[in-house]
Amino acid sequence: MSAGAVPGTAEAEPAPRVPSPWPARLRATWMALIVPLTLLAFWHFAVKWGWMQLIPSPYDVGEYMIDFAVGGIWDDAFSATLHIHLLASMSRVYGGFALAAIVAVPLGILIGRNEMVRALLDPFLQLMRPVPVTAWLPLSMILFGLGARSAFFLVFLGAFYPILLNTIFGVRSVEKRLFEAASMLGCSETAQFFKVVLPASLPSIFTGLRLGLGLAWFVIVVGEMTGVPQGLGAVIMDGRTLSRTELVICGMIVIGVAGFISDRIVVMVMNRLLRWSPSHHG
Amino acid sequence: MAELPILDVRGVGKIYELNGQKIEALRGADLVVRKGELVCLIGASGCGKSTLLRIVAGFEKPTSGQALMWDKPITGPAPDRGMVFQDYGLFPWLTVRQNIGFGPSSRGLPKAEVRDTVERFVTMVGLTRFADAYPHQLSGGMKQRVAIARVLANDAEMVLMDEPFGALDAMTRERLQDELLEIWQRTKLTVLFVTHSIEEAIFLADRVVVMEPGPGRIASEHRIDLPRPRDVASPEFNEVRREMSARLHSHHARKAA
Repeated sequence: MSAGAVPGTAEAEPAPRVPSPWPARLRATWMALIVPLTLLAFWHFAVKWGWMQLIPSPYDVGEYMIDFAVGGIWDDAFSATLHIHLLASMSRVYGGFALAAIVAVPLGILIGRNEMVRALLDPFLQLMRPVPVTAWLPLSMILFGLGARSAFFLVFLGAFYPILLNTIFGVRSVEKRLFEAASMLGCSETAQFFKVVLPASLPSIFTGLRLGLGLAWFVIVVGEMTGVPQGLGAVIMDGRTLSRTELVICGMIVIGVAGFISDRIVVMVMNRLLRWSPSHHG
Repeated sequence: MAELPILDVRGVGKIYELNGQKIEALRGADLVVRKGELVCLIGASGCGKSTLLRIVAGFEKPTSGQALMWDKPITGPAPDRGMVFQDYGLFPWLTVRQNIGFGPSSRGLPKAEVRDTVERFVTMVGLTRFADAYPHQLSGGMKQRVAIARVLANDAEMVLMDEPFGALDAMTRERLQDELLEIWQRTKLTVLFVTHSIEEAIFLADRVVVMEPGPGRIASEHRIDLPRPRDVASPEFNEVRREMSARLHSHHARKAA
């Protein structure tokens, strides 16, 4: 994960970056755990001493989580169904996100680079932007019916704007100097697209992708309120209707962890591709 | 009778339009540079020295007159005129090697040739140890070395330098001045160098072109006949500096009057 191995270069000198020593890393992990562990303890005692009536204890939630994941404890309708719901949500999150990226990145580059496309599309897109994704829910149910397609659409919409806006910003803020440098070195204007515009705006594009993926996980709960039988959002909604709070909390935890892991993956890819950027390594 | 100059600037003027207001940055500039010459443009800010350089680079079009290279009008930026910017203008996503190889590979040279050229110029500017570093890992002096190597690796015939050492500390600046002279003498390059330092101009140039503002124009030209290597502490050097300084100030005094 560190920049030690530079592929493709023969006698590459290793970058002078010292890998963080174990004690430091251990310390960081410990520091990061203090607040969640304290909150967990507070939750535990708050339930135990009866401050909160309708909330299950952490232990109950943990037990239910195991049942939700592998079954064998309660064996009800939700036992051992975690993977089904997780996969359903993931396919919508990544599907909607991927579609948003495929549309928003080229569109953003086009709007950023082309005066005419900008005049044509920018006002419209800016006008649509303040409408919250949640407000689209009824309309998307009419347009796409009750079910997965509606959720997919909402995720797409949620991820679309951050990717688009950051791409436009990145493309428009490429230093003029770099175009001058490229053209005096004999790089044609068409070649400058791949050799200057794209690499220079990559940090912003990645910021957009990261925000977009975060929002995709954010929107999935709303998206799966549209009457889909499977998905983590559906689990949370069912838990609410059935007054099974432990199910609601399990759904929240799974979304949190899944969202966290997918964000780490994006960050890892980003740090790899943006090794050159002083604000992106480590 | 005279051989064809590499650069012939004829009556070049530049008027910018800024918020509906016309600003005359340069008026009627005439300048002839011969192959292998090192010419410094010097003057206070607003004298049009950078504008003239950018017109020669092809980044700006003159509003009057024309600039010719080998008797052909300059229509835009091209690899035969390489620019070294004060703020380096390196590609931050490319390593030192890749920055230097940018020009040759953009022009479609075969890979092996690009690699050889890159190695040669990495060595020439003394950056072998940093060949795979990214620009943000380099000091200002190293960045400027990369910028110079990048232009040289691209077979530029004329190197245009826009206050290239202006952002560097004094020691680094002196080192790079020496290195530039050394490369210039070895490669027989033609250099057009913009500076606001009288000392730098006299130290480097065969010829110093003094410019003055309001509107920007060429005021006078001075041949520097001091033998090289020049010693900035010698009485002869100081004599020339005093003269040049007086000349610059008299321009200003005349303008103020």
